[in-house]
Amino acid sequence: MGLRSAKTVIEVRNYSFKYASSEKEILRDLNLKFHEREITILIGPTGCGKSTLLKSLIGLIPHMYAGSWSGSVMVDGMSIKDCKISDLALKVGYVFQNPENQIFMFSVERDTAFGLENLGMERTQIRDRVDWAMALMGITNLARKPPHELSDGQKQRAAIAGILAMKPRVLILDEPTSLLDPHTALELIRLIQDLRDQLGITVIMVEHRLDLIARVADRLLVMDNGMIVEDGTPREVFAKDNSSLRNIGIPTITRLYQALNSLGPKGDVPLTVDEVADLIRQKQKKKRSVSA
Amino acid sequence: MIRFEKVSFHHPNGQMALNDVNLEISPGEITAIVGENGAGKTTLVRHINGLLKPSEGEVSVLGMNTRKVSIAKLSKSVGIVFQNPDHQLFSDTVSNEILFGLTNFHFGETASKERLEWALEQFDLKDYRERSPMMLSGGEKKRLCIACILAWEPQIIILDEPTVGQDYFQKERIREMLLEQRDAGKIVIIVSHDIEFLWPLQPKLIAMSSGSIIAHGGASEILSRDDIIQRSKLITPQLLELWKKVPLDGPPASDVKEAAERISNLSVWV
Repeated sequence: MGLRSAKTVIEVRNYSFKYASSEKEILRDLNLKFHEREITILIGPTGCGKSTLLKSLIGLIPHMYAGSWSGSVMVDGMSIKDCKISDLALKVGYVFQNPENQIFMFSVERDTAFGLENLGMERTQIRDRVDWAMALMGITNLARKPPHELSDGQKQRAAIAGILAMKPRVLILDEPTSLLDPHTALELIRLIQDLRDQLGITVIMVEHRLDLIARVADRLLVMDNGMIVEDGTPREVFAKDNSSLRNIGIPTITRLYQALNSLGPKGDVPLTVDEVADLIRQKQKKKRSVSA
Repeated sequence: MIRFEKVSFHHPNGQMALNDVNLEISPGEITAIVGENGAGKTTLVRHINGLLKPSEGEVSVLGMNTRKVSIAKLSKSVGIVFQNPDHQLFSDTVSNEILFGLTNFHFGETASKERLEWALEQFDLKDYRERSPMMLSGGEKKRLCIACILAWEPQIIILDEPTVGQDYFQKERIREMLLEQRDAGKIVIIVSHDIEFLWPLQPKLIAMSSGSIIAHGGASEILSRDDIIQRSKLITPQLLELWKKVPLDGPPASDVKEAAERISNLSVWV
């Protein structure tokens, strides 16, 4: 299960939630730990509770949404229920699916500074943090540009810079690549990996494009009907015979491997074309040596 | 038939968004427009329903010159689903949203009711009929937009990034629906980055870069070209990449089932 031995950053214990407007519990008795430096992908069909879980990890639930809940969510040892959202923002950063919902100032640098200004941080310290975050995201050259003149990939980077400036321990992203072309999406995924490696932050992402992202994830959490139905490395999860997996976007190449069902030992499920190509070549070689 | 003849489009600030585009799209075909963000894909499709008129050249849609007919008249034949569903949804309930187009195109009460039920059923929206569209998730909003368009049965269906926010199951549904529309003789045009979604449809591909069409042809042919992949900021579909990497007979398989069957039948197989 990903980086099981690393330090726990977020702990969800016996957690259930029901929106005030609904009859049904949307999250049902969840027990989960997120660890330091772990990249987790959260996946599941529409309406399974992914977004509600994310909202619970950043404190929007229970602070902004009406509903009934039980159990606990602890971030860095603090109970979310007893924390102010402004304190939580320093621990957990959230990047919206559409960066346009997040960036709104007149320039990229003002936008990056927005969160820190609201916390009343000293001016020189804000300057340092903003420069640091923009450099990390490779957008220093865009500092003076108005956000609406940026490309979609640049907007996404600007949105992440504004969050990183707060130096959170956990970065949560809701489908960060959905608006990006595949090439720019891959660049963003590599950047997220670098952030983890350099800063040691924990990353939790909702993402449907497993073709691109499964190979970089330490852990895959599959949700269905308000519960976690699978939890493990992508290879471990894809090796399972669980009907809930049919509704998630298992990479094409992994599905091909499963359909062939004779390429290699169970458990070693491939995630890339190169891995499957190697398995086929090995088979072909074996056959040739047998016939010789 | 859709025909672009020497079409260029400049934004009011002088920026060139389409540059000398020549194009023909026939019924019974799925056409996918690919290219990096800002390549001109959305500008191109907005010329088809007359939202934009060419600065130079002519666009003809089902025999109508888009400069000479009203957007209202074109809309009856051209249904377009925008990238951002919030730009398109405004009614108080899901049902009324679907009925809006039907009423405006004078479908009559019985026919409207029938089409409404069909659309709710097709797109898994039955449970939401009385809900406000604003209360739906991103993926559900997108499905509602597609349902609204297909309800009035336009001859041309244009979808801008239909798979964003959709889970695998819903993507499969959208794919089936597109094939049905194609088989019914409609013109289907998709703007999408989702290459794994497009590949099994084996569409005609139009690759764009900086406002120009850099390639137009079969999916296999175009996606096999590394220069196009690079300029369009795409990545190669996984099955095509596999066929390039190992010596497997014939053209690349278009879906997993076909690939598995063909690989299992290889003469070199153990």
